[in-house]
Amino acid sequence: MMQFMLLFSRQGKLRLQKWYEAHPDKVKKKITRELISTILARKPKMSSFLEWKDLKIVYKRYASLYFCCAIEQQDNELLTLEVIHRYVELLDKYFGSVCELDIIFNFEKAYFMLDELMVGGEVCETSKKNVLKAIAAQDLLQEDEAVEGALREIGLY
Amino acid sequence: MPAVRGDGMRGLAVFISDIRNCKSKEAEVKRINKELANIRSKFKGDKTLDGYQKKKYVCKLLFIFLLGHDIDFGHMEAVNLLSSNKYTEKQIGYLFISVLVNTNSDLIKLIVQSIKNDLGSRNPVHVNLALQCIANIGSKEMADAFGSDIPKLLVSGETMDVVKQSAALCLLRLFRTTQEIIPGGEWTSRIIHLLNDQHMGVVTAACSLIEALVKKNPDEYKGCVSLAVSRLSRIVTASYTDLQDYTYYFVPAPWLSVKLLRLLQHYPPPDDPGVRGRLNECLDTILNKAQEPPKSKKVQHSNAKNAVLFEAISIIIHSDSEPNLLVRACNQLGQFLSHRETNLRYLALETMCLLATSEFSHEAVKKHQETVINALKTERDVSVRQRAVDLLYAMCDRSNAEEIVQEMLNYLETADYSIREEMVLKVAILAEKYAQDYTWYVDVILNLIRIAGDYVSEEVWYRVIQIVVNREDVQGYAAKTVFEALQAPACHENMVKVGGYILGEFGNLIAGDTRSAPAVQFQLLHSKYHLCSAATRALLLTTYIKFINLFPEIKSQIQDVLKSNSNLRSSDAELQQRASEYLHLSVTTTTDVLATVLEEMPPFTEKESSILAVLKKKSGRMSAQEAQREARVQAREGNAAPATEKAQNAQLKTKPSSNAAFPIPQLNNSTSADLLGLSTPPATQNSIQSNTGVLVDVLGDLYGGGGTNTHNGTTTPASLSMSGATDNIKKFVCKNNGVLYENDIIQIGIKSEFRQNLGRIGVFYGNKTSMPLQAFNPTVSVGPGQQGKVTVQVKPVEPSIDAGAQVQQLVNCECIEDFNGLPDLTVGFTYGNVPQRLALHLPLSCNKFFEPTDMNGESFFARWKNLSGPLQEAQKIFKATGPMETASIKTKLLGFGMQLLEGIDPNPENFVCAAIIHTRTQQIGCLLRLEPNRQAEMYRLTIRASKESTAQILADLLAEQF
Repeated sequence: MMQFMLLFSRQGKLRLQKWYEAHPDKVKKKITRELISTILARKPKMSSFLEWKDLKIVYKRYASLYFCCAIEQQDNELLTLEVIHRYVELLDKYFGSVCELDIIFNFEKAYFMLDELMVGGEVCETSKKNVLKAIAAQDLLQEDEAVEGALREIGLY
Repeated sequence: MPAVRGDGMRGLAVFISDIRNCKSKEAEVKRINKELANIRSKFKGDKTLDGYQKKKYVCKLLFIFLLGHDIDFGHMEAVNLLSSNKYTEKQIGYLFISVLVNTNSDLIKLIVQSIKNDLGSRNPVHVNLALQCIANIGSKEMADAFGSDIPKLLVSGETMDVVKQSAALCLLRLFRTTQEIIPGGEWTSRIIHLLNDQHMGVVTAACSLIEALVKKNPDEYKGCVSLAVSRLSRIVTASYTDLQDYTYYFVPAPWLSVKLLRLLQHYPPPDDPGVRGRLNECLDTILNKAQEPPKSKKVQHSNAKNAVLFEAISIIIHSDSEPNLLVRACNQLGQFLSHRETNLRYLALETMCLLATSEFSHEAVKKHQETVINALKTERDVSVRQRAVDLLYAMCDRSNAEEIVQEMLNYLETADYSIREEMVLKVAILAEKYAQDYTWYVDVILNLIRIAGDYVSEEVWYRVIQIVVNREDVQGYAAKTVFEALQAPACHENMVKVGGYILGEFGNLIAGDTRSAPAVQFQLLHSKYHLCSAATRALLLTTYIKFINLFPEIKSQIQDVLKSNSNLRSSDAELQQRASEYLHLSVTTTTDVLATVLEEMPPFTEKESSILAVLKKKSGRMSAQEAQREARVQAREGNAAPATEKAQNAQLKTKPSSNAAFPIPQLNNSTSADLLGLSTPPATQNSIQSNTGVLVDVLGDLYGGGGTNTHNGTTTPASLSMSGATDNIKKFVCKNNGVLYENDIIQIGIKSEFRQNLGRIGVFYGNKTSMPLQAFNPTVSVGPGQQGKVTVQVKPVEPSIDAGAQVQQLVNCECIEDFNGLPDLTVGFTYGNVPQRLALHLPLSCNKFFEPTDMNGESFFARWKNLSGPLQEAQKIFKATGPMETASIKTKLLGFGMQLLEGIDPNPENFVCAAIIHTRTQQIGCLLRLEPNRQAEMYRLTIRASKESTAQILADLLAEQF
């Protein structure tokens, strides 16, 4: 089971955090700080895996963003790298060459996307098509509501 | 500002831009505070906000939270959003809750109803939101509220696939908090059959759930094995176009394959030959595919393919029954050892560690020894080098031990600081385990000290001394080697310690050689004396007094040193005491007495090398994997184990009782105590007093009482034992020695000592009467509070105690995890043909495994704040039962085993303490604060501990003491 996923920038700024195991805020902050500094200190050719307490950390850098996941001992490191990659592909497809700014300004979308891919720390849907379909359905609802809102404003609904 | 998708909350985007434009941290904080004030006033204002505005502000709060600021309001507005009929508002409400709400929040109660409504919605998008939220919070309240709805959703024919997927994982999350949530009976087969579902997404999600269920109850879910194997077989043989979007970079359904392989690892190889054959075919195919040329150059392709491969290898190792597959797996990993991808090298080294423990593949792994040693030298990534060390450790056996140990020693000189300590432990263990010749072992350990002295922990150098003391054949060699090692102009203090100890015991074995004549040995050691710490000097003083016994010819030389002002008037009390007592010992006693007192140390008793325990503690990685590995190694070397055990038993018998009653040998003992870590040097004086004190106490009471209480045989002993009996068990929470129980027949005394997670309790049974106690049978049993958490080994005693005599029973105990209550001590005997039974308790409470910890105020409060979990704290307010004197409170707290930290609490009336409980599995940090209120004659006791449950146990124990 994945314990948490963190997205942070090369400057060490946290951009997204998803915790699948409950911790007090203080603990979360401490873990985040520790991991960000550990990972930023590592060189490019190093392995993408490291041991951290009793967890395994799997991370990968995409442009200016680091994606970092903590998994348990029995989980598969290589496939976790591909969970990260699938997530990046989804963001990319949705935003159209995603960049860090997209995730900053649309953080809620990034969350919704992750919730389709993973539930409770386990992979839920690995098909790119199906996830995008689900997100498109959400956007459709959103647009309907927006139109409805606009109509109501001018008294037509 | 990039385009905002969907309906876009303009205000939010503007706010985010503002924050990004802030030039300084201060400006950012200012902008955020302004926004927080604005939102707060909007939420508090009279004007009711519409859904859009609420959504926007909640979203801003979320963003502020993600920037790392604390958010303490807005929860109610988010809860309101949940019941909005607009999807986008609902969705933001759920997002806020899943990001900001912790499991134990009061808010949970408020959102249950909204979630229930959404779960029952006809719109699958709403149902999914609710499921994702439940899975995210995953608390017990959630399990209680929805435990019955979710299984129904999962298996209902009407549920849409997307909902089924979320439901399966949601159920899994709740199952992890509350195991009872899964209904049994017919549900089992319905859940298992999800593996046959048409939709690959549903199977993937269900497979995670089933794996967790199988872990808990393998028998009930046995039916899943054949389904999983056939599903796997279909995927493995599928062409990459068959599975459409579930093919990932030309690899068919890698996630599901890995899940299925993982699921199957919870079972032994299938009994049914058909199923078993099919599974082996799958594994074979996966291994074959690894050899095929890649279908894509992309790393995603190779990662996905190898992810499945590693999982297949994992199941091959797990079944440990197909030599052919094991060797193939090993060869495959061997190829990876020199792959250009660091990740693959890393994983190959890691996985090979497990292969090394299988008898079928151990030899195959050894073929790669060269490559692994090379990795140790050339890898640029320390985490990969660490894996290489692990693998060398795992592949080591008698045949290659010398080479591997040598390579590890070579590497140690340049090794990363972060892994040195662990390497030292590993080298020490290998050297001991595979030593055919103990001179080699001694050489290795001395090399360790030379190369990495700072990383050689006490356990390592204690161990070499234990081994030398216990093995006569190596003592001469050891003395010669340490003597040579000490010649080095700069040698590590640990070397001085080992050298001092060994020469003090066995220096005579090399004294014949003029180059290492007694005076030379003494000069050599003493030349290091002034550079050493007080603890080492104390040890050397003991060596010197031992020299006086071994080499009377240098007595006056040594006496001069003992007499010197720097020793006799040392500012260090321990040194001063040793110098003056040793001096007097050498002046006043006859050579016979001296020889007895300073006799060679008796062999040590030891169950297992304590170094191994330290190593296990050191690395988390050791835990699960290592446990399996150790178990296998032990099975593989099954023949060796009993032999060493026998040897240890033999040692046990030869060890003389350490129950010496005169104070001088205590000094001698105190060095042995140092070695075993039982006491720190400054405690010597106390230990003399308390030890002898108890002896006098126990014996004095015994004989004093025996004189006045002469019984006449006609009184019924049963009633006698009832009258005038005193059970002092409560007092033992804060002390280790004393009289536990006494009546007219028997007195039971206790003398106990504890070190780390181990303890030894001496129980003294004194017969106060003029008749023997027959059928004497004391038994110790652990109650439900201690079952599995503490082990107690009781040595048998003679079945009778003569009139006026005393027998001793030794109880060895080990703390496995924190425990509640005390073990029972039942003492049965017959006195004058009347059977007696005393139901007592053994004074073995959780706090006995405390190690006092000193710290300053700053770190105390930092730790205190860290331990803020609701179960990490226990508080008791209670009335004082005795006088509230500072001195007696301090004595009790010290006796409880904690370090009293003075001058830390702002209120000088209060007491704060810190200590660590050592258990086999973990160390539990404990902090205590005791606030006496003298007017009200009350105390308030607060304990915080790093492990939940521990604080309560300790508070219960201590509260009864005041």
